[in-house]
Amino acid sequence: MKNYKLLSLIFLAFVVFTACSDDDTPDPVNEEEVITTLTVTLDPVGGGTSIELKSQDLDGDGPNDPVVTVSGPLANGVTYNGSIKLLNETESPAEDITLEVEAEDDEHQFFYTIGGGLDVTTTYTNFDGNSNPLGTEFDLTAGAASSGTLTFTLRHEPTKPNTGLGDAGGETDIAVTFDVTVQ
Amino acid sequence: MRIILMILLCSSILSYTQDCTSTLSGSVLDLHDGKPLPEALLLVAGTNITAETDSIGKYFIKGLCNRSYTIQVAHPNCLSRVFSVKIDGNTTRNFRLEHHLEEFNEITIKGKAFKDKSQTLNNEKISREEIERFSSGSIADALNEISGVSSLNTGNTILKPIINGLHSSRVVLVNNGVRMQDQEWGPEHAPNIDINVADNITLIKGAAALQYGGDAIGGVIIAESANAPVKDTLFGKTIVTGLSNGRGGSITTKLTKSSVSGLSYTLQGTLKRFGDFESPDYVLSNTGLFERTASIKVALNKFKYTLEGYYSYFKNEIGILRASHLGGAGDQFDAINRTRPLFVEPFTYDIDAPKQDATHHLAKLKATKSFDKLGKLTLQYDFQLNNRLEFDIRRGDDRDKASVDLELITHSLTLDLDTELSEKIGFKAGILGRFQDNTADPRTGVRRLIPDYKRYDLGAYGIMDYDVNDHLTVELGGRFDYSDLDVFKFYRTSLWESRGYNVQFPDIVVEELDTQVLTNPKLNYSNASATAGVKYDLSDEFQLLFNYSLASRAPNPSELFSDGLHHAASRIEIGDLRFTSEVANKFAMTISRQGPKFNFSISPFINMINDFILIEPTELEQTIRGNFTLWEYRQTDARLLGFDVDASYNFTENLRLEHQFSFVKGRDRTLETPLINMPPVETKNELVYKNEKLKNLHLSLQSHYVFRQNEFPDNNFDVFIPELDMERELDISSTPDAYHLLNFNSSADFKFGKTSELTVGLGINNVLNTTYRNYLNRLFRYAHDLGRNFLLTLKIKY
Repeated sequence: MKNYKLLSLIFLAFVVFTACSDDDTPDPVNEEEVITTLTVTLDPVGGGTSIELKSQDLDGDGPNDPVVTVSGPLANGVTYNGSIKLLNETESPAEDITLEVEAEDDEHQFFYTIGGGLDVTTTYTNFDGNSNPLGTEFDLTAGAASSGTLTFTLRHEPTKPNTGLGDAGGETDIAVTFDVTVQ
Repeated sequence: MRIILMILLCSSILSYTQDCTSTLSGSVLDLHDGKPLPEALLLVAGTNITAETDSIGKYFIKGLCNRSYTIQVAHPNCLSRVFSVKIDGNTTRNFRLEHHLEEFNEITIKGKAFKDKSQTLNNEKISREEIERFSSGSIADALNEISGVSSLNTGNTILKPIINGLHSSRVVLVNNGVRMQDQEWGPEHAPNIDINVADNITLIKGAAALQYGGDAIGGVIIAESANAPVKDTLFGKTIVTGLSNGRGGSITTKLTKSSVSGLSYTLQGTLKRFGDFESPDYVLSNTGLFERTASIKVALNKFKYTLEGYYSYFKNEIGILRASHLGGAGDQFDAINRTRPLFVEPFTYDIDAPKQDATHHLAKLKATKSFDKLGKLTLQYDFQLNNRLEFDIRRGDDRDKASVDLELITHSLTLDLDTELSEKIGFKAGILGRFQDNTADPRTGVRRLIPDYKRYDLGAYGIMDYDVNDHLTVELGGRFDYSDLDVFKFYRTSLWESRGYNVQFPDIVVEELDTQVLTNPKLNYSNASATAGVKYDLSDEFQLLFNYSLASRAPNPSELFSDGLHHAASRIEIGDLRFTSEVANKFAMTISRQGPKFNFSISPFINMINDFILIEPTELEQTIRGNFTLWEYRQTDARLLGFDVDASYNFTENLRLEHQFSFVKGRDRTLETPLINMPPVETKNELVYKNEKLKNLHLSLQSHYVFRQNEFPDNNFDVFIPELDMERELDISSTPDAYHLLNFNSSADFKFGKTSELTVGLGINNVLNTTYRNYLNRLFRYAHDLGRNFLLTLKIKY
């Protein structure tokens, strides 16, 4: 008899467990780390119109491609003060990820890769606590009239110091290529 | 019962004077595995006739009359049973006894429960000895020893068994009678089971074990712990293993207390700890492991009924090779084209992100009762809670937060009836009810990998086996399963639209948010499965098995709902809401010979799977983080074809050669291309020396040769590499070269005290420190596999 009591208890437990289901809908997840937007602002030294390079991918890893825009050509012989801003626009108001990157400057580094015959040179102008480059700020000097690509790569946890992307390792958080012209 | 016995007893005395010349003959067999029981004593009630079975379990009684007799059958290791037999001329009858498993070293436990498993499909068993040898490894390590079984690895500590080319949701794992619900769908989710809980493991290469489900298209793995003997005793064992590679080891202990009243307790616990493992040339950084498990079993074993309570706790923390954690296709290109990973740090025991942290609770209550006319009824309730945490390398405040936090709760209730329809026909039937609730914690700050869902399952099955005669057994079974899924899933609006769901399923939308859509898909699947097989003894040495199985599997949540970046795999994975059930038709055959010197078995099979679900890279997806390979699940018709060979030759009593050969080919019948991730052809040859007289000395040298997989789909892409200023091919398809490993193993037993024994074992894996890559290791493109490994094992039985 004792067994039957036990069995009926088990049955009861099963019914109770299955019966208490809540019908609440789940909460949406706010993606905290996604970077949707990279904006590179190039201010000509000595004044003039700033040039903006922007890549915006509002659906993150979703199927839509990023929208890449370049506001205009660079002028030959001109040096620009460059600054990079990263945003997470899935949140409202948009979160400034640049602040996080700069707070963890020893674990991040931007790389600038020039390709396709573009004649420009870059130099880092901000550094981490160990005097290794961080690169959210830089100088860019446009050389002779030319066109090609300019790629901005942000690595998380790279080997620092390094000689470039080849031995930096880490993970790529940003990799955006812009088609740029020097006139 | 006693009254019936008395009447029978009396009636037999009364009729003793008849002219009686009939005979009764047959075998006494183990109820669990059908093995013959020698030295069983048969007593014909009411007469002074007795008989004993010979070395092959056969008996012969003469001088019986044509009427009913009561026969008591007894065996030292079994519970005695009373059978009623009607004699009509010379009669044949087999008796089955329930073998009471002895925990001491005299018997190798083969708990192959008759009818739970399959008689017409080749069952492979792993003995306790083998299990103990793999005490510090995983269940898949031990199963790898079986022909036709390999493992899908993520690094060297996350191993999933592959049976004849199939894995994950297609392989059902049964732990102490409970079907594991531990999020087995992902290729990087290893089974949440400690190999040390099992005293024996049976592997069935097909879906014939319908009792546990009709969806085991690949096969079923059954891990069981032994029943405690019904006598007053206390015994246990402790195994300590140390490994040079990984600089760690494991300790496991099991203690059983039992009494003649049938009450027993078993306690078991394991601790495993490893630091970084090493390839021949470098440290595989962040590949450590920390595993803790414990289980308790309380059982009351009476002749007419049994009660059992079981609880097990499993927790394991596994580091994922740091060098495999990458950004997009550019990083992947860079990592693949290195001969040595960029991220190699000095050895450490620390386990950092990326890592997994899985916890599994399993509780079971089981009651069985035998009814005279009806048979044995078993009622079982089991509860499982699986919590899976995955940690990625993150930034800022999220640094120590898990990226994946899934909690899966499962309740199951089953009722089974095990009976005999006649002397020759055994029948088993049962029903199942299951409720499952998955919750993904939104506080991770990462979109849910698997959505919140509730799943309801109902199932019913019946299996029958018929001993047509001494040589022929026929087996038939059928099962029906109904599953209902109630899901809450957030889709990215862009994905929702790009896949056309907004047109096809507008009515499942609950709420539209800025960039996401909350939907409530309600899916249900009705699946039929069946099995039919024959076992035929061609002669004393040759046996033929043939089995057909129809298996149907509902798509799992990962196949239906994946959408997003899988950091650990550096790829975006997309499921499909519209998937239907996979249906497989498998034909398998085994011909085997058991001889004094030469044994072999050959098992060819063909598995035709309609609507086979697979994941493959389809295109490159551009994101602000660069290009990622997009892996999409798709359904196609597949065909798996292959064979497994096992053979052994005894040169002398102590020396034998064992051979294994496994071959499988997978084909996409729709696209006429090879299937991805099919195990390459492999062969194992092992020379074994064993001398029971010399401290049970065991020495073996194994050669393991794995061929190159020549058939694979080409899914390579061209990717723009800014540093090189050109497009380059991203090779995510090609397969690594063939390799050959030598493994050495040895052990010896030393007795001390009355019943105690110490076993010392020394093994060397990859003796030649060969550098190799394994196609079935998902991280093989980023690092080499393990180098030489010394294993020292000490086992004490007391």
